[in-house]
Amino acid sequence: MPAEKPLYALTGLELLDLIKQKKIGIADILESQSLRTKAVEGKVKAFARFTDNTTSGIPIAVKDNICIQGQPTTCASKILENFIPPYDATVIQRLKNAGFIIQGQTNMDEFAFGSSCENSAFFPTRNPWNLDCVPGGSSGGSAAAVAGDEAVWALGSDTGGSIRQPASFCGVVGLKPTYGRVSRYGLIAFASSLDQIGPLTKDVRDNAYLTSIISGHDPRDSTSLNLPVGDYLKSLEKDIKGIKIGVPKEYFSLSANAGLEGLDGEVKEAVEEAIAQLRKLGAVVSEVSLPHTEYAVGVYYIVATAEASSNLARFDGVQYGLRVRSADNLIAMYKKTRQAGFGPEAKRRIILGTYVLSHGYYEAYYVRALKVRALIARDFTEAFKEYDCIVTPTSPTTAFGLGEKLENPLAMYLSDVYTISANLAGVPAISVPCGFSKKGLPIGLQITAKAFDEEMLFRTAYNYEQATPWHKLKPKI
Amino acid sequence: MYETVIGLEVHAQLKTRTKAFCGCLNEFGAPANTRTCPVCLGFPGSLPVLNEMAFEHGMKAALALNCQIQNFTKFDRKHYFYPDLPKNYQISQYDLPLALDGGLKIKIKDREKTIPVKRVHLEEDAGKLIHEGEGSLVDYNRAGVPLLEIVTEPEIHSPDEAYEYLSELKAILKYLEVSDCDMEKGSLRCDANISLRLIGAEKLGTKTELKNMNSFKAVREALNYEIKRQTGILESGQRIIQETLLWDEVSAKTVAMRSKEEAMDYRYFTEPDLPGFVLTEEKIKAVKDNLPELPQALKQRFIRDYGLSDYDVEILAQEKRVADYFEACFKIYPQAKSISNWLIGPLSYELNSRNLDIQSLGLKPPELTTLISFVDQDKISNLSAKEVLTARLNSKKTVEEIIQEKDLLQICDSGELSAIIDAVISANQKSVQDYSSGKANALMFLVGQVMRQSKGKANPKVAQEMLKEKLTNV
Repeated sequence: MPAEKPLYALTGLELLDLIKQKKIGIADILESQSLRTKAVEGKVKAFARFTDNTTSGIPIAVKDNICIQGQPTTCASKILENFIPPYDATVIQRLKNAGFIIQGQTNMDEFAFGSSCENSAFFPTRNPWNLDCVPGGSSGGSAAAVAGDEAVWALGSDTGGSIRQPASFCGVVGLKPTYGRVSRYGLIAFASSLDQIGPLTKDVRDNAYLTSIISGHDPRDSTSLNLPVGDYLKSLEKDIKGIKIGVPKEYFSLSANAGLEGLDGEVKEAVEEAIAQLRKLGAVVSEVSLPHTEYAVGVYYIVATAEASSNLARFDGVQYGLRVRSADNLIAMYKKTRQAGFGPEAKRRIILGTYVLSHGYYEAYYVRALKVRALIARDFTEAFKEYDCIVTPTSPTTAFGLGEKLENPLAMYLSDVYTISANLAGVPAISVPCGFSKKGLPIGLQITAKAFDEEMLFRTAYNYEQATPWHKLKPKI
Repeated sequence: MYETVIGLEVHAQLKTRTKAFCGCLNEFGAPANTRTCPVCLGFPGSLPVLNEMAFEHGMKAALALNCQIQNFTKFDRKHYFYPDLPKNYQISQYDLPLALDGGLKIKIKDREKTIPVKRVHLEEDAGKLIHEGEGSLVDYNRAGVPLLEIVTEPEIHSPDEAYEYLSELKAILKYLEVSDCDMEKGSLRCDANISLRLIGAEKLGTKTELKNMNSFKAVREALNYEIKRQTGILESGQRIIQETLLWDEVSAKTVAMRSKEEAMDYRYFTEPDLPGFVLTEEKIKAVKDNLPELPQALKQRFIRDYGLSDYDVEILAQEKRVADYFEACFKIYPQAKSISNWLIGPLSYELNSRNLDIQSLGLKPPELTTLISFVDQDKISNLSAKEVLTARLNSKKTVEEIIQEKDLLQICDSGELSAIIDAVISANQKSVQDYSSGKANALMFLVGQVMRQSKGKANPKVAQEMLKEKLTNV
């Protein structure tokens, strides 16, 4: 068993077992972690900053957009560089109550705007599997930290794939829970109707465990639902014989649709093998149709930017964060502060979002997008009447090279094509490793279930994971 | 000739314990920025949670205004940048407000008229900017205080109607105890749209929007001013410019603030942080069934049950607390007219001069009825009674103690009074003869003498009657 492995290479639940058996103490974990970080962080740069902890506990890394009382929380933006939240996000409270400490805050695309972690105002994070590649984004820091064994596990946030796509690129497990499953209180909002916090972990068990800790109703978040949290660890014990899995045909014929980037051949192959594996495990797999898939990216970049333009209006230099002091009147202060504080992608999305909400364009863009969003949600509702889950690639490609898509925002947006629909529909989805490209880059399998059926996701993902070797492989770094 | 067309938009701060979307106290006058938290300061990551009481207050007001509560209602974000608005958007209601299509009955020159209420919706208040020296300070205590916006159709046709509508609206909101409606403290604010059109014309004229009126009187004045201004422009053949004007109380003029071209695009969209609300018929009915008696109903009841005049009732019903006080007094001492006279007269004078309301005055109904009954029984004079009231309010002594101390009891005892009268008659034979020969003035002189002899304590009415009787028997 894992005893020969260094502690940092173990999963969270393996470590907790060793603690329970009194074989190790928390100090041993922290020491091992610290050594690993010293060796690797200079190359990967997964963390925006590390935290000085006065108390001891199980370490976890947290994306830099989840508020921690008394700790800078910056969204990797200059505009919040000096912002120290006066309160803990609900998920942070829950982690602390469960005996965790925050080891550090992970790098991300500024305000979660991006799919490569290159939009960080600080520095880009690199993919532990290939340092010339991006880790994905926006929760790239969290994914890279877990993949590189710098963190036992981590929290990220997912608005259009920001947990699942980096999980796929880095070969880890990432869950976007059902909208309303995890409190958003304290998550610095990108798009309020799409955002969810979720775990990035080394395997499915860890993911189920962390999800059970952070889930549940929060009176501070009116969009968190008051439904009982399932016993996610227990759901892993069931096999998947007879469960019905749908494979949406639209996801495999993308190149034909609306100029969307094609599905990479290696990814397609790996996913097809994964589907074959699921069949072997007893699942009944057949083709399903999600007819509005091709509109998802378009709808997403209207809805998400509209909400983002509104959510980011508060960063104006008045109360907190950056204020450019050379302005001689109010409007100039707003302009100079926001000009200096936001990076190019943030500005692009604020402008786009403001535009689609503006008088004269609102009906044509925003209202229309909402209608199509409802149709996309209905696609899933219909599909889940017949299927227990839907299986797709997480991303059409493996990790791309640093700088490769930086000058082409549209290409960057399209790399979210498979993940966006789950956010628009509010349903949960998980990415699990399902193979590697010839170049040695991880490939992710996405499993989607109906709202509040995380148990089905964990069960299916776990059965698949246990039947395959992928989660055991580590990057050589 | 022109017809005036006015629409009013009232913002009433709702009287709740806490703010609209967080647990901060909803309190006026606290030290700056002490009633704030991450939510009402709009800190990153914070989320609003609706105050149920604010919502119920809104429903009550909407029902009292005969509006249709909507079965589904939701909140929206209204965007504009200003430092008193922490998130740079206001949580408000746009396309699906709490309630629609109501009306408020007013009386104007003995004629009844219903002012149609277009919509009622909930929103949050902004903070307050304080300009000091070269900079500006912001106090966010008010940010997030629940507001009710009540909008009329443009069917008010004179500044007097506008004034009456506002008075009646204020009375209703106060009766419901959903708002203090104190314009000085800003808990009630009113903007007005006004336009003119030729009488008989169907199409509305170009309107201007008036802001910054700090009292109902100011609303009336500003509207009157604007009618004159617009009439002048139209009669000189020019066009009205659609713009927002500020009422300047000092110069008694409207001043341009912004034109339509500069009008804001608020970019409304559904507030994603607050789910919509489904209001069942049962819920609406439950609130409706629990509405307290409203001013119109109370007035009718007071006229019917207490036989009071329209005039008295109008005054008594202005404040629910005064009306309640009246009823408390009546239970102890069922003399409606006397109590009403005292509440409208001397007591109202004391309230105004002390700038207090009837609750904070500290005069219990039994104290007032004791005093009134003394007057009614001619035990003390009306004038003395007013003196007693003032003294009572200035000290902790009882009404009885004050009367005794000041020696104000009138001599009604016929024996004592009879002796004084006899003495006056015998000492003023000339006047007695004048009276007998028909000089009416002589009687008044004799009464005066009785008053003097009694050191003012004789009850003049009793004294006069006794004098007359004795003189006839002489």
